[in-house]
Amino acid sequence: MMRTRIAVAVFLAAALATALSCGPKGSEKSEILVGEYGSLTGGIATFGISTRDGSLLAFEDINAKGGVLGKKVRLIVEDDQSKPEEAATVVTKLINQDHVVAMLGQVASSHSLAAAPICQASQIPMISPSSTNPRVTQVGDYIFRVCFMDTFQGAVMAKFAYETLQAKRIAILVDVRSDYSVGLQTFFGQAYKKLKGEIVAEQSFSQGDSDFRAQLTAIKAANPEAVYVPGYYTEAGTIVYQARELGITVPFLGSDGWDSPKLWEIGGKALNGCYFSNHYSTDDPNPIVQQFVADYKAKYNQMPDALAALGYDAARILADAMTRAGSTEGPKVRDAIAATKDFPGVTGAITINSERNAVKSAVILKVENGKYLLTETIKPEAVSP
Amino acid sequence: MTTFFQQLVNGLSLGSIYALIALGYTMVYGVLRLINFAHGDVYMIGAYVGYYLSRRLRGDEPSIVSALLVMLGAMLACAALGVLIERLAYRPVRREARLTLLITSIGVSLFLENMAQLVFGPDPKFFPSLAPRADFQIGGVRLTSEQLTVIAVSFLLMILLRFFILKTRTGKAMRAVSFSLDASKLMGISTDRIIAVTFALGSALAAAAGVLIGMQIPKIDPLMGILYGLKAFVAAVLGGIGSIPGAVLGGLLIGTSEVMVVGYLSSTFRDAIAFGILILVLILRPQGLLGRVQKEKV
Repeated sequence: MMRTRIAVAVFLAAALATALSCGPKGSEKSEILVGEYGSLTGGIATFGISTRDGSLLAFEDINAKGGVLGKKVRLIVEDDQSKPEEAATVVTKLINQDHVVAMLGQVASSHSLAAAPICQASQIPMISPSSTNPRVTQVGDYIFRVCFMDTFQGAVMAKFAYETLQAKRIAILVDVRSDYSVGLQTFFGQAYKKLKGEIVAEQSFSQGDSDFRAQLTAIKAANPEAVYVPGYYTEAGTIVYQARELGITVPFLGSDGWDSPKLWEIGGKALNGCYFSNHYSTDDPNPIVQQFVADYKAKYNQMPDALAALGYDAARILADAMTRAGSTEGPKVRDAIAATKDFPGVTGAITINSERNAVKSAVILKVENGKYLLTETIKPEAVSP
Repeated sequence: MTTFFQQLVNGLSLGSIYALIALGYTMVYGVLRLINFAHGDVYMIGAYVGYYLSRRLRGDEPSIVSALLVMLGAMLACAALGVLIERLAYRPVRREARLTLLITSIGVSLFLENMAQLVFGPDPKFFPSLAPRADFQIGGVRLTSEQLTVIAVSFLLMILLRFFILKTRTGKAMRAVSFSLDASKLMGISTDRIIAVTFALGSALAAAAGVLIGMQIPKIDPLMGILYGLKAFVAAVLGGIGSIPGAVLGGLLIGTSEVMVVGYLSSTFRDAIAFGILILVLILRPQGLLGRVQKEKV
């Protein structure tokens, strides 16, 4: 009796397992499944939401025009709650349970670095729309990005601070728990010192902190002409707000992690006269940009930030690569993405180089009453690497 | 030197927040011998109640009246929440082993944190400015009206609390209950009522701390209570758990040393300092700075 029961149990378990593993495969014939992981909740939630909205817009457009290889593309989006460790979990789920053929994500470099080894090991091509830390694409030959890197972004801000703003003394406030922030601190510092600028104070905080007055008081004592805060909008907005309360009046300089509709909500008027480096400006008269801005506004009733634009570009490059590869198999798609040349993206012409990175211009935006005004465009050849 | 005094002001304003929260830990410990781990989350709820009230009450211009209303509203709401938590979660298990009570409080804490993520959303929210702002300059040290308000309001509340405990009948009853629960019951004190009052008072003070932190930081999120709660708990232990002046002293010491460590050493030691102090206190002076040694009664 007991034996039969065990046998039945084993049989049922096996049947269940087969049913589960077969489930998603059934739909594979009619559509192409693409995974996207991002932070839809938590401290960097607007990044994930903007990127997702950008990617969805792109795939909607592509599907309306007949899809890829005669099939519709379906995007499965998972939330990693702004936690890098969670990124690894959801990416594993996307690959093993949903059987996606390619991966889009993430914005934050720490998250991309957590997920990239999993995609590499499963031979799933991953395109990061906006992770700028150099280490991301060094994980392996299946990992790509469609944005510039922090080596460039740091140098761009150093050049802008020293030459345009004429700030010769700078303090840096860095997020020690973020690969992105620490990377930018290093690259900015190298470029700025090369220009003979002086870094008068270096202070740190950890992502999630909310009281920065101790660090800002120390920075104030060093009397800098500008303060560089490479990091994400939640902390950046709070930092600038508290700095103005402490009587620090010099401009704060930031990076593309500042780009969020929330930044202004957090910092408010304290942010006036601050600058940050970014991937594109909605002021760009290029018809591709204006078309994208119009489509995005029509669908979401909101201005697209750079993360949305990069999410859009990443999705279109992936679709373009699958079409050129004539297949959705990992190795073939990988080769096709690697061969991308002069793709007309919203964030500029995108060519993937031999290190799987995109080489593009950066813009400097000035914060003025809730608007981000285009101040300067800096080309890759303008800063020596 | 100016920088040092500026850091001192920063430290005192942070320390007053810890002190306000620590009072709740210490008072509840006094009457129930319970470390109420949900206390930090009551502080978080207080901040959120303050946030929603201030969005609703605030006219076009920040005013002192609306700031006061927001604070009172949050304090009342959390006092009610504290009583509710005690009635629903702690009273049914009060006669059980102390460990049961402790674990119940951890459960309440987790419940509040997750409920807050569900109800308020997991994204951080940002306080609108409540009171009109003014800055004062004393010998190069900058005092913002927010910092002054935080320090002043905290001290006012602590003085009121001291008056309440020492001079009123209910306060006297609280002291009696904290001395011996069973004996005060025999003396005709309604211990259930006194315990409820203790929870109400402690929770109201935590809510005040939540609104004050919202005024000066101004970021609040559903998990903000964890770290602030833990550090306030360390403050209570440092001062001597059960001792009210001890909680205030502990809060100010933890806040100041945290700010000094960040300002002069590195922000990575920010949280280490509080827990380092905790370990030292437990080794060197387990009863805390102002605590009394309690003999185990056999």
